[in-house]
Amino acid sequence: MFKRLVEQSAPVAITVDGKSVSARAGDTVAAAMLAAGIDHCRTTPVTGAARAPYCLMGVCFDCLVTVDGVGSRQGCLVPVRQGMTVETQQGKREAGR
Amino acid sequence: MAGSDYDVAVVGGGLVGVATAWGLAREGCRVVVLDEGDRAVRASRGNFALVWVQSKGLGLAPYAGWTVRSSNAWLGFAETLKEETGLDVCFQRPGGFHLALSERELEARANILKRLHNQPGIVDYKTEILDHAQVAKMLPDIGPEVVGASYCPLDGHVNSLRLFRALHTAIHARGVTYLPSHRVETIAREGREFRLMTAQGEIRANRVALAAGNANMRLAPMVGLLAPMKPERGQIVVTERLRPFLRHPVVTVRQTDEGTVMIGDSKEESTDPAGLTLGISATEAGRAVRQFPLLANVNVVRTWSAIRVMTQDGFPIYDESESHPGAFTVCCHSGVTLAANHALTIAPMIARGALDRSLVAPFSARRFHVQEAG
Repeated sequence: MFKRLVEQSAPVAITVDGKSVSARAGDTVAAAMLAAGIDHCRTTPVTGAARAPYCLMGVCFDCLVTVDGVGSRQGCLVPVRQGMTVETQQGKREAGR
Repeated sequence: MAGSDYDVAVVGGGLVGVATAWGLAREGCRVVVLDEGDRAVRASRGNFALVWVQSKGLGLAPYAGWTVRSSNAWLGFAETLKEETGLDVCFQRPGGFHLALSERELEARANILKRLHNQPGIVDYKTEILDHAQVAKMLPDIGPEVVGASYCPLDGHVNSLRLFRALHTAIHARGVTYLPSHRVETIAREGREFRLMTAQGEIRANRVALAAGNANMRLAPMVGLLAPMKPERGQIVVTERLRPFLRHPVVTVRQTDEGTVMIGDSKEESTDPAGLTLGISATEAGRAVRQFPLLANVNVVRTWSAIRVMTQDGFPIYDESESHPGAFTVCCHSGVTLAANHALTIAPMIARGALDRSLVAPFSARRFHVQEAG
C-alpha cells in the first residue's frame, strides 16, 4: 500500500514475528512495518479487532508492539536498530513481557 | 404532586442509596432517590471494588457477622441483578490475600487476626496465616520478598462501576424516580410527612432513608439522628490491560475482569477530592512490584483519588429516629461489600417501618453517645 519516496538511507535488518523485514536507517518500527506491507501491528485487548499505526506521532497508541521482548511499546516512537526483534501484540499484554 | 408523593425518599444516589432504593422497590414501595449532580464527591465511582471479609470486626464483633452475611448473600444478589438488568457485575469469591513483605508485617497481621477472633461472640470466618510456599501455590507470581499472607476464603471482588450501573438500571426498571441535581438542603417533618427541600423544589415522602455518605453528618441531625463522620482520601493506580495472571484479589492489588490491575488502599487525612499525592502513588506501586515483580514494566494508564465514606469508628451506622419516626440512616464505609445486605436486609426493614434490632442494634449511632450507649 505504501511506497518509499526515497531509498537512500542504509538498510537495517529487523524481524517482525520471526520474518525478516528490511527497514531503513531512520525508520520508526511503525514506518518500517507499514513500508513492509504489514497491515496490522496488534489486536485490541477486549474485542480482538486488528489495529494498524494511525497517528504516527505518539498520541493514539494504536501502534503498540512488543520490541525486544518488551510489550506495549509505541512503534511510531521507537527507531529501528539492526537485529531488533518486533512482535505484533495479540490482545492483552502479558505481564512480565 | 400533592400529598405524599412517595413512600420513601432515599437521600443519596451512590451505591448505598441505590442498593437501598432497589430493595425498597422490590418490596413494593414508591421510591424517590434524591442525588447530587455530576460533580458530587462520589465514593461509588472511585472505590477499589473488593467484597471483603478478613479483618472486619476488630472492636465491634457483630460487624464481622454482618459482613459475612453480605458476603454470603452476594452471589444471589449478583444473579438477581443480572436477571433484572442483563448486566453481569462479575462477582467472584475465590478467596483473598493480605500479603506481608516482612516478618514484622506478618506478625502484626497474625496479632490483629488473633485479637479479632478472641472477641466474644465473633463469627469464625476461617482466616489463616500462610507462609511463602503456601501462598505461592495459589499466587505463583509473588516475589521473593513476600514472607507470607493472611488468607480468607470468603474474600472476593466485583466490577463496581458495573454494579453501580446495574443498580441504577434496576431501579429505573422498577419505576423508582431518580432525581439528579437534587441536593437536599433541609428536611422537615410536617404531620406524618417528611418535606425535603432542594433548589429544584420540595419533595414529600412518608419515610426518609439517609444514604448520603459523609453528608449524612449534615443531614442526620435534621431528623433527630447522629452520623459522626471522618472522611479520608484513598488513591488508586490502574495499569493497562493484561492477560489474567492474578486469580485471587489481594487487599492492595487486584486484576479486574477486564484485565487491568488496580493498586490501592492508601489512607490520607484529606478531604480534597481533586488532589493526588504522588509519593503515595509511588509507594503503592513500589509495594505492588515487590509483591508481584512482573508488574515492574507494566504501563500505568490512570491514577485517581477518592474520598472514603468513613464513620468516626469505621463501623456502619443503621438507625431509626425516635423523635422523627420514619427517618432512617444507612451509612457505612463498605458500600460494595455490604450492598447485598442493604438491598436484601436493610431495605425490607425500612419498608416495614422498623429496624430489626436483633440484627442491627449494635450499629446504632447511640454508641457514640456516652450517656445513651446501653
